[in-house]
Amino acid sequence: MAKSTNPPKSGGKGGKGGGKSKQPWSQEKANAYWRRNLTIIGILLAIWFVVSYLFAILFANILYGVPFGQIPASFWFAQQGAIIVFVLLIFVYCWIMDRVDKEFDVNE
Amino acid sequence: MTQVQLWTYIVVGITFALYIWIGYANRVRDTKGFYVAGQGVPPIANGAATAADWMSAASFISMAGLISTMGYDGAIYLLGWTGGYVLLALLLAPYLRKFGKYTVPDFVGDRYYSQAARLIAAIATIIISLTYVAGQMRGVGIVFSRFVGLPIELGVVLGMAIVAFFALLGGMKGITWTQVAQYAVLIVAYLIPAIAIGMLLTGNPIPQLSFTFSDIIPRLNAVQIDLGFTEYTQPFQSKTQIDVLAVTIALMVGTAGLPHVITRFYTVPSVRAARYSAGWALLFIALLYTTAPAIAAFARYNLIDTLQDATIANVTPGDKQDIVELQYSDGRPVTWATSWQKTGLLAFYDKNGDGKIELRPGAAFVGKNFKEPNPDTANEVYFDNDIIVLANPEIAQLAPIIIALVAAGGLAAALSTASGLLLAMSSAASHDVYYRIMRPNATERQRMIAGRSMILVAILMAGYFGINPPGFVGQVVAMAFGLAAASNFPAILLGIFDKRANSAGAISGMLVGLIFTLTMILLMKSNAIFGTPAPIVKDFFGISAEGIGTIGMLLNFAVAFIVSRVTAPPPQEIQDLVESVRVPRGAQVVEGAH
Repeated sequence: MAKSTNPPKSGGKGGKGGGKSKQPWSQEKANAYWRRNLTIIGILLAIWFVVSYLFAILFANILYGVPFGQIPASFWFAQQGAIIVFVLLIFVYCWIMDRVDKEFDVNE
Repeated sequence: MTQVQLWTYIVVGITFALYIWIGYANRVRDTKGFYVAGQGVPPIANGAATAADWMSAASFISMAGLISTMGYDGAIYLLGWTGGYVLLALLLAPYLRKFGKYTVPDFVGDRYYSQAARLIAAIATIIISLTYVAGQMRGVGIVFSRFVGLPIELGVVLGMAIVAFFALLGGMKGITWTQVAQYAVLIVAYLIPAIAIGMLLTGNPIPQLSFTFSDIIPRLNAVQIDLGFTEYTQPFQSKTQIDVLAVTIALMVGTAGLPHVITRFYTVPSVRAARYSAGWALLFIALLYTTAPAIAAFARYNLIDTLQDATIANVTPGDKQDIVELQYSDGRPVTWATSWQKTGLLAFYDKNGDGKIELRPGAAFVGKNFKEPNPDTANEVYFDNDIIVLANPEIAQLAPIIIALVAAGGLAAALSTASGLLLAMSSAASHDVYYRIMRPNATERQRMIAGRSMILVAILMAGYFGINPPGFVGQVVAMAFGLAAASNFPAILLGIFDKRANSAGAISGMLVGLIFTLTMILLMKSNAIFGTPAPIVKDFFGISAEGIGTIGMLLNFAVAFIVSRVTAPPPQEIQDLVESVRVPRGAQVVEGAH
């Protein structure tokens, strides 16, 4: 595993990962994989922005009047909620990408 | 020797023996082991090591106290120092792991096919890590002096010796596995007192739950209003909204651009492992970072509540401050208040002579002269932020062994961060500057000698600054984050996501970002750094020195993007390199390559 990373200058000697590929790797497939990745990143970073910058900072005064448990919702996002969502976002990304990598047959 | 001191010697002794044993068991012989732990670190272990690497003495000792004073606005640290991991996991770590070399300058130099870009990234790495590590070594000394009663200088030397042992023998491998152990020590030491004090005040053993669902915060808000403060949960009382926004962005992006954090993701076996280890790292960090605001609120409530209830039993005049002994209404003495006054971190003065001590807004004393009460305020209490964490075990009346464990935890936090920074700094010098730029023909043996000697030099430098701290160390920590945000982060991000980014763009972007941020911080902190009577520049459209890296980052992005588009595109093999880092497996990049 550790030594399997080929030098990135793959000119003409790029293999297809030990012959496990079902289809040949193509530029279209590479582009499709990258577009999918960008979409997922975009959605997850939008959530990241909303729970931290929007809920905890830009809407701090608006959400101050909304209770969560015993405390204002904006305060909860600022000191608890956003952090919890951050952790979930990373694991969700891992989980989704595991599936996408398999679908495109680029899993290690 | 008190019972607490005895336990401290025992617990700190055991943890140090453990670190030394781990360092010895993980010694390495080759550069791959030395710089990236042979790329064999499992994701969970790398997560724990990253968390320990990341959480410094400041996170462990000072952060809860800062939040306690700042209230809502403490979110800048809570969000700023966690949100960056989402950026790392989604935008940087997997691709850098696929690239698979040793350092940040490695990627910047190769991706922008330029030794100049490599050199700028290496210099940025050294400046960022050096400003950061000076404070860490001092932290080791302070923890030693506070808990074990050793002189600060001796504490610094002891810390240097321990780090030197496992870093010289084991490089990244030794550091990684020591950090895993250090994470275990520091999180246990942080959680036990937090759970105990939460139980004491709310009856709920989980601080995060009682913070949100018990009535402790409403009670704290009410009592704050009674005493003439604003509500504890009221936003933007200590910083403006625009500044909170800018500081949070700078800390998040700075986190994602810090070389010693990024390097950790080169040590795992695969791209998938890099993603997961970012998740584990943030989970381990979040355990402490969601507990800290609970401690902050509990401790503040407890302090106010104790003072309201207590009366003065006795006053012993002292040289630096009078020791005011308090007792509860039932006659029991408030022992922690007395013992912490003796450290100079807590001071009382009964200004109105009513036999009680009152916490009110404003400074209780003139400067830090505890013999001279400030006549302009009704406040009778001075407390150092650090006391919020340090006094917790005594307030909750925990056994001396727990107090000793907190000492070991503080040392673990400081040592683990220092060792990660020292490695990042020395690998920029020995790997990037010496091997990649000056002596590309160096043998493996020469490179190992260079690596080890640079670590030794870095440890000696850090130790020197720990013993003779420049007065402005505390002032320039902001610099490390600002510079990382303004230099590394945009260069790496564009290197992965913008195939058109070229060397001219990256170099001009990094230079503009670095120079702007450095200049603004020097101007805004000129009173501390150059001794001008007031800062030359007060703020930048309402943004403070802590947040200025955000503007530097935006400038870097804009310049790099525009310059890249008006100059020649990068050569084909660089575009192939970008294609290859975007895909997890092998080198299946070029069409028809099978």
